[in-house]
Amino acid sequence: MPPYGAALGIVTDHDEDGNPVLSVPFSERMMGRPGFLHGGAMSGLMEMAAFAALRAELDRRGEQMRLKPVNIQVEFMRGGTEQTTYAMGKVTRAGRRVALVNAEAWQDDRSKPIALAQMKILLSPAG
Amino acid sequence: MSDETTAKSIHDLPPGFAFDPPMAARLMTRHGHGGWLGLDYRAHGTDWVELSLPWREELVGLSETGVLASGPIISLMDNATSMSAWTLCGRFVPHATLDLRIDYMRAAVPGRMVIGRGECYKLTRTIAFIRGIAHDGDPADPVAHVTGTFMATHGTYL
Repeated sequence: MPPYGAALGIVTDHDEDGNPVLSVPFSERMMGRPGFLHGGAMSGLMEMAAFAALRAELDRRGEQMRLKPVNIQVEFMRGGTEQTTYAMGKVTRAGRRVALVNAEAWQDDRSKPIALAQMKILLSPAG
Repeated sequence: MSDETTAKSIHDLPPGFAFDPPMAARLMTRHGHGGWLGLDYRAHGTDWVELSLPWREELVGLSETGVLASGPIISLMDNATSMSAWTLCGRFVPHATLDLRIDYMRAAVPGRMVIGRGECYKLTRTIAFIRGIAHDGDPADPVAHVTGTFMATHGTYL
């Protein structure tokens, strides 16, 4: 976990069909308006989940790539409340040069995501 | 009735409270995620607000490089653009971020403070359209561009 993720308390919770599911407990550091998750913190979590899903996919293919974010689009659908938040990324398409990864964040109800993200990541051979 | 001396966060201000960007920034950077990031007020105009995000080890996304994670930059721009909507509106109106899109031009230089300038370019009764840039010293060479929308949740902007 990079320093930013570790400082917020983000951990890899479990795997779902080969995709890492990240989780983070609610804390003052994650809070925006009182009692609610900050949208930026939510986005940071989903971005880490997107990267984790892409790394897992590249590992399966045995490819060593450097990853560079191009952009991210986040849709906020529900306010996150004072409880554990989960996020998982799903690689939609990973070609030789660019990958498109979706991510979603949810809390106690998996079927009611609080936010969605779509990320484009540039791939270049490592080393 | 809350005022600056008793309000713990900007959301303790009553809707319609005359919006003062430096005062609001102090409230937004005293607690919670913004406080942890160390966001600070820099400047504002009629439709824009500038906040700063100081570099520090804890906010790094990749230990080997020292480059800031992008999460803190999203949060910086979320807060700066959010404040730009209230600045243009002239009042505090509770609102929620509907969407944000960030285009990353390049990585911020390790050790440098990142400046986020958020601008509200259109207010309707319920939607604020925003855009902005993040840079690390030269506004002509941005780290990121951002665009997005907010929705008034209690009351209206106009």
